[in-house]
Order: sequence, then structure tokens, then C-alpha cells
Amino acid sequence: MSADMTDPAPLAAPPDAGSIRALPSRAQARRRAARERAVGLLLPVVGAVALFVIWALVAQMKLITPILLPGPIPVLATLVQGLAGGKLMMDFAVTVLRTLEAFAISAVIGMPLGVLLGSNEKAYRSVEFLIDFFRSTPASAMIPLFLLIFGVSDFNKVAIAAFGAVLIVIFNSAYGVMNARKQRIMAARVMGASGWRVFRDVLIWESLQPSFVGLRTAVSMALVVVVVAEMFIGSTNGLGHAILDAQQVLNVKLMYAAILATGILGYLLNILFLYAERRIVHWSGR
Amino acid sequence: MTILDTPTTGQSVDSPLITIRGLVKYFGDAPLYDGFDLDIARGRIISVFGPNGCGKSTLINMMAGLIPIDGGEILFGGKTRRETRIGYVFQNYREALFPWMRTRDNIAYPLKLMGWSKARVEARVEELVASFGIGFDLNRYPYELSGGQQQTASIMRALAPGPEVVLLDEPFSALDFEMTLFIREKLQQVFMETGTTMMLVSHDLEEAVYLADEVLLLTKRPTQVAEVVRFDAARPRDLDTLSAPAFIEAKRHSLEVFQREVRK
Repeated sequence: MSADMTDPAPLAAPPDAGSIRALPSRAQARRRAARERAVGLLLPVVGAVALFVIWALVAQMKLITPILLPGPIPVLATLVQGLAGGKLMMDFAVTVLRTLEAFAISAVIGMPLGVLLGSNEKAYRSVEFLIDFFRSTPASAMIPLFLLIFGVSDFNKVAIAAFGAVLIVIFNSAYGVMNARKQRIMAARVMGASGWRVFRDVLIWESLQPSFVGLRTAVSMALVVVVVAEMFIGSTNGLGHAILDAQQVLNVKLMYAAILATGILGYLLNILFLYAERRIVHWSGR
Repeated sequence: MTILDTPTTGQSVDSPLITIRGLVKYFGDAPLYDGFDLDIARGRIISVFGPNGCGKSTLINMMAGLIPIDGGEILFGGKTRRETRIGYVFQNYREALFPWMRTRDNIAYPLKLMGWSKARVEARVEELVASFGIGFDLNRYPYELSGGQQQTASIMRALAPGPEVVLLDEPFSALDFEMTLFIREKLQQVFMETGTTMMLVSHDLEEAVYLADEVLLLTKRPTQVAEVVRFDAARPRDLDTLSAPAFIEAKRHSLEVFQREVRK
């Protein structure tokens, strides 16, 4: 009933000359919109700049001993130097290569397997427990086992990362198929599509969007496992090795630089996959 | 049942196209259809109207072979569903078209399924474009089109293979009024050009009568035919049809039957 009380009031009061003059002109509205766009572009930078400033202040005032926390400028200098042709660049490249290898293996095995399992729900239910169990087992827990199987090889790191990633891909692709819009399947069937054509023309496409979520998660997982494996499996290169090596000899600047490089790598991979998803699954969310 | 014995060729125009005999469909333990019979003549538009939950959509879904039947048979000029070319238009056009295909490819999809050559598919799509008077770009993806344009594309897709029957499940329910009027006229125009038998589930009695040669009124479940109301007004029907005495009488009578059935 409160609406009855409040509604008539604004209607009853005629707009006076003052309020009309207060209305913004079109040019003003345009300027305001431009300002809002600029603010929108700047906002994401605010947090990063704030962290940088706090880091610089803490280091400058020696609130934390410089042995543990060097200033941001020397760390960034080390990072840029390292990535511009130094040893860090090699480590970066090696980690990228291993991550992409592991990812490629998991995608090539996981997507077809997931789509196949998803299109036969009984088949998926029969292996669901295994997938969920090993998906819940930290891949790092399997490192000693993989050491036994593959030895201290380069491929070991790739294999274990691929193992961690493949289950995520299978899971997401399978659910993508199982959750395909029933009506699209019906539409294809009513037009006379065979089971194979429904699979090829509808199910695979319907599963693409969830599959991409799986691939994006999988590449992050692959990076995590590769970096861990590089730390512990008799490595001589890679970002994981660089971080641990720098820590062992107390080269803190290099350690921070290597950590930042790993973060940059993870972030770039994520952006890359988001971009690829938007290009390939162009209908997603529309 | 003589229709079963006649060969499919050389049938007279008057023989029913669709014959439903002893149709049975249960949902759980509850009978939805329990011995349902229906004949539908060739070259008519049939509107299906009835109380909520009487299984209007289920009926055409069973005819389309999308929902299995528990008993009885549905034949099309003596042929089974598998041997019959059926076009189907869904209410929810968003989930009926394939968003990964351009609109043109969506319309061409059933033709490609039939193994038509590229040139033949092209020609047929152009033919449809001309007869629908399409003003939007078919090279766009469905999600780039308005709802009405998407539903128009759905109807073109359903008509592309020259089906013997087109089934439409509340095709206007998700559209705004302007688009509803537009597509209604297109549908009527296509019907006048091709004489394709159409069966249309509707929840709007005015629309049901306006489009139909026969309004199929259904009872509450277990569903039977309450009455088939004929409406013979000449085509093309237009706004004047809506105020013609015959229309008003057909609508009034349909409403009467409907209300009698709902109150039972």
C-alpha cells in the first residue's frame, strides 16, 4: 500500500524551471560517458599499482629485511634482464614447452574420450568414480610413482602434468555432451539425422563450450604440476627449478623474478584460452 | 482402415493423410491417451486446442516420433513415421536452431542430411528466400537475429525439404505481437502456395480459429477428440476475417466446447 502513498507525490509536483536547467546537455552527457569509459579502463590497474607502491614502501623502510624482500625495481630489472635473453628466458621457454606438451596430450586424449563417454551415459557412469577419484587426488601425490615408471626423465614431468590435466578435460567434455540441449538433438532427429549425424553435427558442438572450460582449467593444472615437478625431479631447467635454485643460494631477487615470470605465464595462458574460446565458441552465452 | 491397404501412390485427395488408431500413452501410471483415434485430411491447416495438460504438444511430438508411443499406430498416407518427411517447428526457436551454423546453413541442414548436391541445396534455399520475402542477412548467425527472424528461419528450415506434414508446437508463443502477425501471414501464404498440411498447437483460440480449416478441440485427460470445428472462410484471411460473423460463430462455438470440457 505504500506505493499509493508515495507515487502521486512526484506526479503532482510539476517540474520547475530550475530542474529543467539542471538537465545535462548532450555534450555534457557525452563527456561524462567518455570519463566513465576511461575510469573503467583504469580500474583494473589500481590494485596492481597499489601493491607495487606498498611493496616499494615496505622495502624502502626496511620493514622486512632486504634478504627476504628486495625492492620492486631491482626485482623487475632482474625479471626483464632474465627474460630478455638471460637464463630465465630459457627456463621460461622450457616450462612453456612442457606445459603445452602436457596440455596437448591431455586435450588429444581427453576431448574425444570425454565426448565418447558423455554420449553413452552408462559408459560414463561406469567410470565416473575412477575419474572423480583421480581428479580429487593431487597430481603431485603421484610424482614418486611416475618417477618409478618413467625415471628422472624430461618426459616424466610432462606425463604427470598430462595425467593431472586429462581427467579435467574428460570430465568437462563428457558433461558437455550429457548436458547438451535436448531440443537441439530433437530438432536434428526430426529432420532425419542418424545417431552418427546427431553426434557429429550437434553433440560435439554442444560440448565445445564446457570443453573449453575444461581445457582452460587443464592448462592451469598442467602449469602447476610442471612447476612442482621441475622443483623436485632432478631438474636442471624450467621455472620451478629456477625458483628453487635461486632460493637455495639466497638469490632472492632472482627468486621473485622467477615467481613473477611464472605468474605472467599462467596469466597469459588463461587470457589466451579465454580469447580462443570467444573466437571458436562464438555463440557461447548468446 | 482401408487406407492401410491402398498403395501410397494414386491416393485420392480426399483420403485422410494422417490416421491415428488406438493411440495409447501413459505418463507413469496415469493415462494421457487411452485409445485415441483421429483422421486428418490432406492439405488443411489444423489447429489443436484444449485444456491445460491434455497433451496437445505430446500429441504432435508423438506424431513427429520425438516421444515414443505405448500403443496404437500413427500412419501418414499409410506410411510409417520413418518413411514420411515431416517438418517440425519448436516454440523455443533459440534452442531449435544450431548457433554454430550460419542461418543459411541451418535452413539447408535438412537438405544436406538428405544428400542433396550443393547446387540443388543452394537453389532450394534461394527459392525459400524468395517465397518468404526475406529481408535479413542469412549469412548471420541465428543469435544475431531477432526472435521473429529466428522463428522465420526455423519455419523455412522445416519447409525446406518439401515435407508432407508440418507440425508446429506453439510457434508464436515466444514472439512479440508484431512478429506473430508477420509470421502468421507468412505461414498462411506458404500454405496457399504449397498446400502443405499443417498441424499447429495453439493456446490462443482466436489465432487457432483464424489460421485453421479445422480446430481440433481436445478433452481433459485421458484425452479424446471433443469436437472438430470447421472454419471455411476463404484465404487469404485478413483483419476483416476477425470480425466476420462466421469467424465469431466458430470461435464462440469452440469456446463453448472448450468450457464444457474444462468444467467436466
